[in-house]
Amino acid sequence: MIVDPVTLIVALITISTPVLLAALGELVVEKSGVLNLGVEGMMIMGAVCGFVTANEVHGYATLHEIVWLDRLAPTLAFLAGMAGAAVLSLIFAFLTQFLMSNQVATGLALTLFGLGLAALIGVGYEGQPIPEVAKPLPAALREIPVVGPILFSHDFVTYLAIFAVFAIWYVLRHTRIGLVLRAVGESHDAAHALGYKVVRIRVVAILFGGAMAGLGGAFLSVVYVENWVQGMTAGAGWIALALVVFAAWKPGRVLFGAWLFGGIAALQLRLQAAEVGVPVALLDASPYLVTIIVLVVMSSNRARAALNAPAALGKTFHASG
Amino acid sequence: MIRLEKRPTPSRAWSLGTPVLAVLLTMIAGGAMFAALGQDPFETIRIIFWDPLFHERFAAFSRPQLLVKAGPLILIAIGLSFGFRAGIWNIGAEGQYIVGALSGAAFGLAFYPSESVLLFPGMILAGILGGLLWAMIPAVLKVFANTNEILVSLLLVYVAEAMLASAATGWLRNPDGQGFPGSRNLARHPGTDNPELFAGTGIHWGVLAAFIAVIAAYVLFQKHMFGYQIKLAGQAPRAARFSGVNPGRMVLLCLGISGALAGAAGLFEVSGPAGQITIDFNAGYGFTAIIVAFLGRLHPIGILFAGLLMALTYIGGELAQLMLQVPAPAIQAFQGMLLFFLLALDVLSNYRIRIGRAAAA
Amino acid sequence: MTAPLLDLRGLTKAYPGVIANDDVSFAIQPGEVHALLGENGAGKSTLVKMIYGLVKPDSGTMALNGTSYTPAEPRAARAQGVAMVFQHFSLFEALTVAENIALGMENPPKPRDLSARISDVSHAYGLPLDPESLVGDLSAGERQRVEIIRCLLQDPKLLIMDEPTSVLTPQEVEILFHTLRKLSAEGTAILYISHKLEEIRALCDAATILRLGKVVGACDPKETSAARMAELMVGKSLAQPARDAADAGEVLLEARGLNLPAASAFGTSLRDIRFEVRAGEILGIGGVAGNGQDELLAVLSGERPTPVGAVWFNGEDLARRTPEARRGLGILSAPEERLGHAAAPDMSLTENAVLTGSARKGLTKNGFIGWGRARAFADEIIERFDVRTPGNHVAARALSGGNLQKFVVGREILQDPVVLVINQPTWGVDASAAADIRQALLDLAQKGAAVIVISQDLDELLEISDRFCALNEGRLSDPRPARGLSMEEIGLMLGGAHGMHEADGTALHEATT
Repeated sequence: MIVDPVTLIVALITISTPVLLAALGELVVEKSGVLNLGVEGMMIMGAVCGFVTANEVHGYATLHEIVWLDRLAPTLAFLAGMAGAAVLSLIFAFLTQFLMSNQVATGLALTLFGLGLAALIGVGYEGQPIPEVAKPLPAALREIPVVGPILFSHDFVTYLAIFAVFAIWYVLRHTRIGLVLRAVGESHDAAHALGYKVVRIRVVAILFGGAMAGLGGAFLSVVYVENWVQGMTAGAGWIALALVVFAAWKPGRVLFGAWLFGGIAALQLRLQAAEVGVPVALLDASPYLVTIIVLVVMSSNRARAALNAPAALGKTFHASG
Repeated sequence: MIRLEKRPTPSRAWSLGTPVLAVLLTMIAGGAMFAALGQDPFETIRIIFWDPLFHERFAAFSRPQLLVKAGPLILIAIGLSFGFRAGIWNIGAEGQYIVGALSGAAFGLAFYPSESVLLFPGMILAGILGGLLWAMIPAVLKVFANTNEILVSLLLVYVAEAMLASAATGWLRNPDGQGFPGSRNLARHPGTDNPELFAGTGIHWGVLAAFIAVIAAYVLFQKHMFGYQIKLAGQAPRAARFSGVNPGRMVLLCLGISGALAGAAGLFEVSGPAGQITIDFNAGYGFTAIIVAFLGRLHPIGILFAGLLMALTYIGGELAQLMLQVPAPAIQAFQGMLLFFLLALDVLSNYRIRIGRAAAA
Repeated sequence: MTAPLLDLRGLTKAYPGVIANDDVSFAIQPGEVHALLGENGAGKSTLVKMIYGLVKPDSGTMALNGTSYTPAEPRAARAQGVAMVFQHFSLFEALTVAENIALGMENPPKPRDLSARISDVSHAYGLPLDPESLVGDLSAGERQRVEIIRCLLQDPKLLIMDEPTSVLTPQEVEILFHTLRKLSAEGTAILYISHKLEEIRALCDAATILRLGKVVGACDPKETSAARMAELMVGKSLAQPARDAADAGEVLLEARGLNLPAASAFGTSLRDIRFEVRAGEILGIGGVAGNGQDELLAVLSGERPTPVGAVWFNGEDLARRTPEARRGLGILSAPEERLGHAAAPDMSLTENAVLTGSARKGLTKNGFIGWGRARAFADEIIERFDVRTPGNHVAARALSGGNLQKFVVGREILQDPVVLVINQPTWGVDASAAADIRQALLDLAQKGAAVIVISQDLDELLEISDRFCALNEGRLSDPRPARGLSMEEIGLMLGGAHGMHEADGTALHEATT
């Protein structure tokens, strides 16, 4: 057998975590009626801020032999990744919500600027050391055959991402905050007429989306790749955007979509390593091609997709009078 | 308190003035960025915006480079402006550019070592066709399966990059290249080359094509029903359908035009300035052209100037890298900043800024 | 006289170029049904927005129960017992009735308790509603009930109703009046905004009349004649549209069993629509908005694909004809939504003239637009239809609703249509301009065109149509001669009261258990 199913499943869960986080954040943003196409830019900012923080803290802690600080470094890195991306998303929020700029164009600008800025920040950090991220669960659990690696071998952020699926589902479905958020995304004029602060709610949603994308990016550089490489997100942000559409704005389906993507990505890496007869270009392209195909299948059912899509998505709100 | 008040009619003065103001603000913010990087901000800005054109030593080399770099940017941005005006977002021009280059180069190399005069026109057609067909994928999916063209066109960039890598290392690799990746050099082979037409100007067939595209787009947008329908479809989609514009046809045409022009740009680049297919042949022109299109306000003449300006930042950026060791990504961040400022200032052409309470009229 | 519930003194609000309210003062007593009467653009909406906290007055004061009342936002207004039912509902289509109502409350109870209360209140006031149904699936009348119940759950002291009957059938109007009288008897004051005089005479205890932002009179509507109130409201007497009786010519446009599926999740399907219009005839199609009016216009204009064999013009099947080709044949149309459908908001009037005029007015040659001719056509519309604008270069959205409507109607009429289909020709237009538009439609029929007028305004349809039919849930009733139809008969053609057949019925019962 070329591919061991257990390691494949473990790998797919790890690979899917960054896109899952970013897609969940974007889902909340879109549910509030805002289309932020800057996910790719925010993710890479999260990746670079996370990596640089991990490396700097590690360096300082090693130099001064502060063990507890070194252990804290990954957590600080995740927080830095979230903060970095959230600050970037704040630019988007300011432009689209206060200056009423076009959301598509501003999102693209965010991606282009984020890629450039991240590359700039990351100059000189490629291949630098970072501390290893400790696993949260005891080693004994991980050594249980089959179940151990699949369920208990993951990182804290991976569990957090899966918990976030349930948390976001619950908040959107069963709480007042969720109801107001959905209402704002459905019709900002009606929400405004009822006295809800449309702009304030959307800004908070955008910041949340930024922090989630940043966490995803930091996970990518600090945990999965354990390195900083320019342009390392390689379209993960765009795949996250596609996940939201093909999940029809439902958190549970985002999880399913992320695992599907992670599965393809993990499988193609293993097939490349195994040097089966499939062209490398096709394997490289397969995660993107599969994303497109699933997107097509989900979009062609118009009526059902339309019911879940926030009606005010991407529209500019300006309170008149 | 600052309030915004929608203008009854968009301000013409501001819509012309904002790009200039955006450039100035970007220079200031960019200067601050360079200062943060430990550079002298004034010197860096001078090296980027002034020296490529007027420095006694560099200008002779960099002036022609201006047109070489601006050519593909303008050509792609003109194509994008069709779609952007109509509210159709092709952001995968980078992919169409790659596929155009690949199909044009493949056509030329298929007849190697022919030196026929028909070869280059054939390559141009192949390049156009390649870009067109690549853009037709998101277009057809949009029209017949209601799939978001933004995501599909963008995701296809990564697919095109995978194809480029396999071409450079496999099916287009130079058989006489001692196993190094990269195709035969098209620019050094008569029949497949896209030469400099006027010595010392940097003008090649692609630059000429860009100028023609500017003029054609200008006429279409100002005088022709098709240009009117594009604008209508972008500003009021329902009114466009009422008027008789077929939205599906509009998607196919706009994506087709932008794909064809991006494909042509790719072909002109691979057969001229780049010379050959390599793994990293694409330099991000397809993405920078998005900035060019917006900076030019989707207007052909504006795009012409914006393309030249953006080319200047590329050349100036390289110069700054050479002279001051400014990291290369700084220029990309700089260009992104420019788009931010432009979008932020757009508010001035559509809204009036009022300070304090509204005065009674 | 008791102390007033709400006392307005000297309210003034100006927008750039227009004074919406100028020194407006009047008072509302507890339990009173008070009419606010005025034409479109008289300043009614601005006034109620100030009372509801959506707009701050430039000057003047408000007092509620004798204490100063300055709501900073709708939330504050609701907290003090002021509730409002909007003309364009502030509802969320993809959310349920219960969710919509919860959004309008400060401290909504638990979902299950809320559903029970919705059922109780809706039952008590004769407004049946299922709390779990999606608002997008409801008719306009049912949506209004959602708004009303949302208000009633807060026990308001003052209920503001903005043009509530414009979306109701005559039978539904009766039910609404019954509810409002009951509320009034329980001590809730109602500020009732309308320009329909007979309704006000039937319902209201007092009336304040606004014209051009100023209070021009107050009266007891039960004691005052409709003619007197109309005079106060409009400021001059209006010419009644005149026409000579003419014999209808041959059939020009015909629908033979037109079926069309809904375009969106909450759209309406057209079902087996049959009618014919003859040269020189006006066919009036009545009905509450959202019953297929937009869809019918879209399929007649060619905007949506027409099924084969369903629509015929002069004996020719129109299925394969595009909107442009139909204009070439002389089939013109004007949709209801002016901004964004009949006209492009950010484009100039000249550009908007090209929107439909290119073929019949020869504005293009080989696809190239003759901007000179386009400007001339725009100027012709502006002059002939008295469109108030600084010039043809002005963006469409800069025009007032009434002026833009005149431009849109004029654009089609000046192209000499053979068949004209027009949806809501006088919506939002002041009375004298509305009279002009009706006269223009009558003149057009007089000259031999076939005209289809789709409208919610039944008085308008009865005034100008030769034959009348009603569109209800995508079905068209058989056309009948307009002369001599009673409101009762029309109400039944419009489908009576939507959803009332399940009053007190199973849906409510299930929701409470």
